[in-house]
Amino acid sequence: MSPLMTVERATKHYKTQTGSVHALENLNLEIEKGEFICILGPSGCGKSTLLWAMSGLHELTSGQVVLNGTPVTSPRPEIGMIFQEANLLPWRNLEQNILFPFEIKKIDPAPAQPRIKRLLEEVGLAGFENKFPRELSGGMQQRASIVRCLSYDPEVILMDEPFGALDAFTRDEMNLLIQRLWMETGKTIIFVTHNVSEAIFLADRVVVLTPRPGRLAHIFPVDLPRPRTIEMTFEPDFIRSVIEIKRTIETGVYTPQAAD
Amino acid sequence: MASELRDTIPTFGESGEGGDEVDLTNWSALTSSNLASSWRDIGLIALVAVIVIGLAEFAVKAFNIKPYILPAPSAIGRTLVTRFPDLFWPHMKITLMELGIGFVIGAAIGLVLAAVVTQFPLVEKIITPYILLLVTTPMIALVPLLILRFGFNSIPRIIAVALAVGPMVMINSSTGFRRTDLAKIALAKSYGASTLQIFTKIRFPLALPMIIVGLMVGAIFGMLTAVGAEMVGGKNGLGNQLMYWSSMVKMENFYAIILLLALMGVSIYIFFYWFGKKYASWQA
Ligand SMILES: Nc1ncnc2c1ncn2[C@@H]1O[C@H](COP(=O)(O)OP(=O)(O)O)[C@@H](O)[C@H]1O
Ligand SMILES: [Mg+2]
Repeated sequence: MSPLMTVERATKHYKTQTGSVHALENLNLEIEKGEFICILGPSGCGKSTLLWAMSGLHELTSGQVVLNGTPVTSPRPEIGMIFQEANLLPWRNLEQNILFPFEIKKIDPAPAQPRIKRLLEEVGLAGFENKFPRELSGGMQQRASIVRCLSYDPEVILMDEPFGALDAFTRDEMNLLIQRLWMETGKTIIFVTHNVSEAIFLADRVVVLTPRPGRLAHIFPVDLPRPRTIEMTFEPDFIRSVIEIKRTIETGVYTPQAAD
Repeated sequence: MASELRDTIPTFGESGEGGDEVDLTNWSALTSSNLASSWRDIGLIALVAVIVIGLAEFAVKAFNIKPYILPAPSAIGRTLVTRFPDLFWPHMKITLMELGIGFVIGAAIGLVLAAVVTQFPLVEKIITPYILLLVTTPMIALVPLLILRFGFNSIPRIIAVALAVGPMVMINSSTGFRRTDLAKIALAKSYGASTLQIFTKIRFPLALPMIIVGLMVGAIFGMLTAVGAEMVGGKNGLGNQLMYWSSMVKMENFYAIILLLALMGVSIYIFFYWFGKKYASWQA
């Protein structure tokens, strides 16, 4: 079976006034349907560059992204994007925000209403439909943006450090929520983060990038059982993975641990 | 600005870039001034107003001020109320008509120009000096010229109003349209939004608070221009009546019109304040 999505020789140079920034170098990646992939690396290593190229919002300098057999050259209906901040429209209430994709895509939201209602309950936002973004906490806003993304049922969900702006407790909560939603819906999720524990907690595979230019350092499979719990992040196995991945990030190459 | 989303990954948390530019006015004009919010406030404001007017009345009598300088407030009020239907309303109608037509024309042109021009930074740079020139030149100065061309009727006044309103609306709306929020535009694009959809669903709502400020300032400047233009020439309108009654030394009538103009100005302000609260309250 061919993979759902592939990144082929992705390279990106940004042109700036002072010259060109080499952000991404010859990156290859294959993503299976239903996988949870975390893309991990230090700030500025090209994670967003990669994700925005995968979303079709930005172009690569060379190489391509292929989804369901066709190259991604512009935003596609099978892809949903969740941003670093909730990115809700402040002049719309929660319900109008969630229906925004339907409005842009000019599709009737009526058939999706039961799903939206179920999602709102699931994320704990039932009863907040008439609230405006400024009346909601950061965590609630980000949950709303998750509902907005799932409302139209995209196949692939791209998330760019979605919980980076949240406090540690809220972040744990959100990670549990994302895991649950992923297990229930069977979506393919590509999740960018610079937080090692978050990546291991969520991912089937952690894709580690090298510092600029972003190159593939190593792909770590994570075979912890699901559903994972916050407690698991304190266990030796988990911590060993954290150390291993941190070392890879620091050195830029994966060196299998010598027998300790 | 067409290429703005080309490669830029928006930095979050500092959305609405360009929104903080210094301009002739800004939104705080609407939100920071506290309009009465409760009946208690309204009562208090009314009480103070009564005291101020009462003091004025007292001062006029106590210092024996001549009625041809300042009639007693009670006389002005009485004149306004009793003579409004026959003496003032026919002229107010004309002023309102000139203001209304001039405002609609000026605001429409200003708004469209702002929406178009902000999409092309170079064009914007080229035409901004002229707009500033229009903003800073009192349009009343053009009225004698316009009268030569169009005669003593409402047309020169309407043109002057439109010329006063248009640049005000344009300059404020431009500030609004310039605050492009890349993250929100990217959001719409990720759903496949067209340029038109991005305009109507993102850019316009984002600009709306500043547009409302522009409309408010424009309407008030428009009113000043209408009255000023009426003072320059013609046979009707509140501005013309101001000249007429002062030349007749009928100061109750003169001040009654001043009061009427003040009421019109305040009504314009309150209307746009309410409009802003209703349609752009997400801001601030
Ligand atoms: N529009 C741009 N113009 C120039 N350089 C950019 C641009 N966007 C990102 N970069 C640079 O490219 C590199 C990768 O950026 P990015 O993908 O945002 O990294 P990450 O998301 O991993 O923090 C960084 O060094 C950044 O400064
Ligand atoms: Mg980033």
